[in-house]
Amino acid sequence: MEFVYEVEGGNFTKAGNASSAVKKTMKQLNVDPKIVKRTVVALYEAEVNIVAHAYGGVITVNVNAEHIHIVLDDNGPGIPDIDLAMQEGFSTASSKVREMGFGAGMGLPNIKKNVDELKVSSEVDKGTRVEMKTYLKNQ
Amino acid sequence: MKIREIVDTLDAEVVCGESHIDEFVTRGFASDLMSDVLTLDTDEMVLITGLANMQTIRTVEMADVKCILFVRNKQVTPQMLELAQEEDLVLIRCKYSMFNAVGKLYTAGLSPVY
Repeated sequence: MEFVYEVEGGNFTKAGNASSAVKKTMKQLNVDPKIVKRTVVALYEAEVNIVAHAYGGVITVNVNAEHIHIVLDDNGPGIPDIDLAMQEGFSTASSKVREMGFGAGMGLPNIKKNVDELKVSSEVDKGTRVEMKTYLKNQ
Repeated sequence: MKIREIVDTLDAEVVCGESHIDEFVTRGFASDLMSDVLTLDTDEMVLITGLANMQTIRTVEMADVKCILFVRNKQVTPQMLELAQEEDLVLIRCKYSMFNAVGKLYTAGLSPVY
């Protein structure tokens, strides 16, 4: 099954809509609640990142019996130094993002902790792609 | 601790989810930073926060937390309320500062997450 969601940059009212929809779908598919939580926490952080940093983006979710694979593609400033962005506490978030309860440099490290496979690629002034994969059966 | 005891201890107002106030929460976590809430493995807890916006509600939805206590007399917007009701959450609010509310709940026996 494939699901596609559009994310609007800067719109904090809608941030989380895609993650919420994915959570409902995973619950319907009777995925282990612990795996659901890990997956949607990671997805939500990544969705907030698009809202916080990019002009817009698309989330594509593929789910089958074995795994869930999520790709987040955004149009935005990109990440010049991905290793630095992965460090806890490093942040370029605006004060508006911080007022929303984010922007402390915990997002990417927390995404990494919660998924089985993570790939981040980026081109400055073009955008960022975050790919995450989680296996649905305990291995 | 029952959610009802939290309400009584803090003279709090139940904004929504009244039918769940006899359910138990074992731990409390106080934070205005939602990213830190999202790092927790615990879900049987009350989130104590002064951050009142849509992301507070979304965060507990993702984290499977069922109860939020708003401190510092924060207001719940109609939009927050709508989403909280959809997710069947308990929202309560009190006039105390975060420090004061946390102190009273700790004394009353609510445990920390860590």
